[in-house]
Amino acid sequence: MHIMYFTEQPMSAYPAEEGLRFGATALMFSNRHFDPVAGSRLYNEYIEQYLHAETMGFDGIMLNEHHNAPFCMQAKANIFASILAGMTQRVKIVMLGNPLPLAENPVRLAEELAMIDMISKGRLVSGFVRGGGQEQLATGVNPAFNRERFEEAHDLVVKAWTQPGPFRWEGAHYQHRVVNPWALPLQKPYPRVWIPGVISRETIVWAARHRYPYIALNTSVEQTNRIWQVYDETAAEAGYQSGPEYHGYLKQVHVAETEEKAIENARQFMWMQGEFTGLAHPVWSTPSGYSSPENRRGFVEFSTGRGTSPRRRPPFEEQLATSMIIAGTPKTVIAKLKHVMEQTRPGIMALWANDGAVSHQDSMTCIRLFGQEVLPAMRDIARSLDLKSPFEAESPVSIDYSTDLKPRVPAA
Amino acid sequence: MASPAAWKETLVDLAGLKLRLNRAGSGQALLVLHHDIGSLDRLPFYDALAERFDVLVPQHPGYGQSERPVWMRSVRDLAVLYRLLLGQLGIERASLVGLGFGGWIAAEMATMAPRDLGGLVLVGAMGIKPPDGDILDQALLSYIDYARAGFHDPRRFEAVYGAEPSTDQLVEWDICREMNFRLAWKPYMYSQTLPHLLRGVGAPALVVWGDDDRIVPRSAGDRYVSALPQARLAIVESCGHHVDMEKPLELARLVTSFLGVA
Repeated sequence: MHIMYFTEQPMSAYPAEEGLRFGATALMFSNRHFDPVAGSRLYNEYIEQYLHAETMGFDGIMLNEHHNAPFCMQAKANIFASILAGMTQRVKIVMLGNPLPLAENPVRLAEELAMIDMISKGRLVSGFVRGGGQEQLATGVNPAFNRERFEEAHDLVVKAWTQPGPFRWEGAHYQHRVVNPWALPLQKPYPRVWIPGVISRETIVWAARHRYPYIALNTSVEQTNRIWQVYDETAAEAGYQSGPEYHGYLKQVHVAETEEKAIENARQFMWMQGEFTGLAHPVWSTPSGYSSPENRRGFVEFSTGRGTSPRRRPPFEEQLATSMIIAGTPKTVIAKLKHVMEQTRPGIMALWANDGAVSHQDSMTCIRLFGQEVLPAMRDIARSLDLKSPFEAESPVSIDYSTDLKPRVPAA
Repeated sequence: MASPAAWKETLVDLAGLKLRLNRAGSGQALLVLHHDIGSLDRLPFYDALAERFDVLVPQHPGYGQSERPVWMRSVRDLAVLYRLLLGQLGIERASLVGLGFGGWIAAEMATMAPRDLGGLVLVGAMGIKPPDGDILDQALLSYIDYARAGFHDPRRFEAVYGAEPSTDQLVEWDICREMNFRLAWKPYMYSQTLPHLLRGVGAPALVVWGDDDRIVPRSAGDRYVSALPQARLAIVESCGHHVDMEKPLELARLVTSFLGVA
């Protein structure tokens, strides 16, 4: 099993009452509430926490990116990836991920990622995402072409990494006279690509067709297993056998010295009304054309208050009871994680350990307790359940580099 | 009105698309181009025009239930498509009424062949950057708030769409919005070249603006009037962006008298 540390890098030092008064903490919530002094302190605390996570035995550090919102301070995931490439020695730097459609020049992204891979001596896992709905608005990128841009930018990045230049690219959304970057990834054929997601069936199918592991982001056990079902069926159609090494799972898990402290800190997972991406505005989070046509009706009902959010989270106590949020002493947390691991059988796990206003000291304690007690137990459980990571299973980087594909047996 | 106009709906094969066209009345051909939020099939404004004209109301492809032209990238593409429509229907001389977003399409059409239009009526037309203020950005507003913003009198909105528009209507607005984004995301709802081309338009133009248009600032109307060689401005009082739905008979009278068939 591959176990990653994750935090959204919350910009917790903003006046929460202003966000509640405004009714949203994304996109149009004014950055006059942003405090660069606190920002400077927090960025440096997060670096310290990441280094501690490496020391305490995490296999990877998961990074992400959002814009115009206090719930995530990373406006460019490649910046933290670059810092970690130079400052860490062993952990995988797992980007989950770079929002491809936001790139106006994917070749530049390919260059940056190649540099990160070389500087880190081959520790990059280069995940890609579509970017949230409000990200399209924050960066001025057309939501109606989000999925087309995602797929085309991916193809261009992979070609830039694997085919000698110079070559020309004449696509629907990207045109390049000369693609010939003098920065190429150290890992061959190219760094592993993992695809995180939460709701879109198309993305699950796309990941499975490429043989890229799919990381379910904070979904329930039932949702997660439904995702695996779609993934595994698609994998079988594509000619390979899916398994734990293709299944990743992000969970909100906080551990502390006492149950009380852990529960108190875990409440911070609800710090923006429990919305996954902050106190979201339904219109901004789902611009027209961004989501699947099959979800259109649900989103228009939600946007006018007629339906519940497709991303809605239950109250804190309910999430604790159902292990959507796991919190407690190491003993409590291990028992609950074991159950979740048995039920979902992932080969990759990301532990979203600290959120909101959890103090630096408590975050460091949480990371230490994970390393001392929880991670060893998780590894034992993973071994007993035969949950292998893509590295342990030595699975191919992508479908195009697979040597074991079986033609699909036609139904009788 | 004596009796409701007899509307006929057809599907026209055009450039590989199936274009939905509603047509009624007789006389001069009048092509009416609807807003960015689509259009109801029947509106009092259309009926009033059909008493005097051969009225053609196409549904923009990709808006509402019609097939989306996935290749289409600009409002100029739509303008070319409607020129193809007029050619295919054998209409050699038509007048255009462009409503809001449809006004942009009409203005583009007018720049393409300066002599074949009877007249050009632009109503709260998008398509050029307002010298003062910005075009209201639907990307940041809910469907209902955006549609309501087009009316001076909320009761008129409710008379057309109901106090609580149906979910089917919301879905249709979402589909329209997606197509708006495909055609006019950036720059939002205007062309940087159109104002220059408007100087070559030969058709006489009537530029109509509601005095309380909160979607397209009035300054855009002034700029249309100064850019078009033969244009005059008419202001409709106590009226928002959707003049056709808010003051249908007044707008129909303006069109009729402008085109000289009163």
